[in-house]
Amino acid sequence: MKNFTTTTAVLLVSLALLAGCKSKPPEQPAAPPPTTDSTAGVENADALAGDTSASMGPSGELLSKRIVYFDFDRADIRADSQSVVAAHAAFLAKNPNQKVRLEGHADERGSREYNIGLGERRGQSVRRALALQGVAETQLTTVSYGEERPAVAGSDEQAYGANRRVEIIYLK
Amino acid sequence: MNERMKKPAIHLLLALLLTSFGAVPPALAQLRLTITQGVTDPIPIAIVPFARAVPADGGLDVAQVIQRDLESSGRFKGMARTDMVFTPTTAAEVDAAGWKQQRVDYVVVGRVSGQPDGQVRIDAELVNVLTGQRVAGPFFTGQAANLRNTAHRIADALYEKILGVRGAFATRIAYVSVDGKAPKQRYELYVADADGANRTRIAESPLPIMSPAWSPDGEWLAYVSFERRVSAVYVQHRRSGTKTMVSARAGINGAPTFSPDGKKLALTLSGSNGNLDVYLLELASGKLTRLTDDPGIDTEPVFLPGEGSSIYFTSDRSGSPQVYRLNLGSTERPKRVTFTGSYNARPRISPDGKQLAMLTQDNGSYRIAVQDLATGTVQVLSKGSQEESPSFAPNGAMLIFAGRERGQGVLQTVSVDGQISARLDADAGEVREPVWGPFLP
Repeated sequence: MKNFTTTTAVLLVSLALLAGCKSKPPEQPAAPPPTTDSTAGVENADALAGDTSASMGPSGELLSKRIVYFDFDRADIRADSQSVVAAHAAFLAKNPNQKVRLEGHADERGSREYNIGLGERRGQSVRRALALQGVAETQLTTVSYGEERPAVAGSDEQAYGANRRVEIIYLK
Repeated sequence: MNERMKKPAIHLLLALLLTSFGAVPPALAQLRLTITQGVTDPIPIAIVPFARAVPADGGLDVAQVIQRDLESSGRFKGMARTDMVFTPTTAAEVDAAGWKQQRVDYVVVGRVSGQPDGQVRIDAELVNVLTGQRVAGPFFTGQAANLRNTAHRIADALYEKILGVRGAFATRIAYVSVDGKAPKQRYELYVADADGANRTRIAESPLPIMSPAWSPDGEWLAYVSFERRVSAVYVQHRRSGTKTMVSARAGINGAPTFSPDGKKLALTLSGSNGNLDVYLLELASGKLTRLTDDPGIDTEPVFLPGEGSSIYFTSDRSGSPQVYRLNLGSTERPKRVTFTGSYNARPRISPDGKQLAMLTQDNGSYRIAVQDLATGTVQVLSKGSQEESPSFAPNGAMLIFAGRERGQGVLQTVSVDGQISARLDADAGEVREPVWGPFLP
């Protein structure tokens, strides 16, 4: 029931935005990122060390889910994550000043720099999904950590599945 | 795996050796070397304790350092000192027939001496017990504080006199160390001697450090750090620690390697649209040249040694990661180089330009393989399940790479013929991404 109303809201917001705004924002020039960004002061040392899932951002059954999981060697958003992405898209579209960082990750198998590429592909996949559902490009940044920051230690399918992910980090 | 288990493991307890010589600071022994597979009949050699220079030698047992180096190659078996009946320090004193009875092929003798300018000189002599031939030298002179390194040079020269290939003991490695459990980890970049001794921390961060690369002169390291939460490529002077951020563009800044002349970096950039491509960055001018433009992942570039006229890199433009070569200054499309198996990544080229080392998927495991660039023949060298980051020794005889032991990352070496392997265990945390530095000047 709740899912239904959220999805409906997402669709309506998406349609409204798609209808109202077709012009794609210009590609960001390839310049160094600012030395201090808007998140300064929000994340403490613990957050830097990995615990970024803290208290920032909206709550709610779907919105409190901030991690999108992926299949092996895939970057397409699975059916079971579509509603989570849609909920975040709806929230972000309604709150155009809210920015998020999409952190892409890979499991530990294979080459490290190639896995940076896989993590980026996943981050871009979530970014495209959010943009298609009405979120402005300026609200979204991506970073890929490849296999460098696993959520879970271990070398089994369960750990791999938990580590192939995109974390949606709400920034202040 | 089973085959390896059958061979007797020679444990070289570096920590034990070092702590028995007072002048060596105790914090040196963070990596412990174990030969996991040697040749079936290593050359028996006796390294007789060298004549000391007290106190100029700082208490360092030079013969012990040389013996450990030669044994660590897997090609030599050093004679135990307790079995030595004679302890000559000059070749003239060596009774070849007597040593022959003790079943050694070679005897090494030598002397450490303080020099008027405060330096310390090591003279070594090699005696071939079977022929009676005496080979004078090598000798090397160095700072007292670097006596270990001077001893490694002696080992390099002895190795070359016996085997015809220069040793790579007087070289350094760089590697990444990770402490703490996910997701709260600390990342450190270290430089150490090739035997794991003398390690120095180069960088540290609560966010990932990865992909270290040596400059051709061994003075600089390029690496990727996420210390600003996003990736950036840094070049850092090894001794002074002076560090320059050379690329912090939008998106990914990764996989740096130096050109053979040290003036350029090949690296991977993605821009904000997330398309990873290989670029060339001139370090002095900052001039950037794009080398690939495929929509797939193009990354892990490395120069062909020598003229540096080609770049090898990983690309999944064909659907799975494979190694490609592009010729600089040419408009031809990159040519695919690897055709065996569905996953070949992280190319590195041997110093003579004839062999390609890479990470390959082999029966579901990720292993280190070498491909002969002329014939295309591929040989898988390692036997683990999660290996990565192969790097050639500067003499081209060995590779160092990252493997796993009981769930922890360890460093391993393997000879390019696959006959000899060894492991460098860390005393704490996980070690990974080893890169072998150049010969020291």
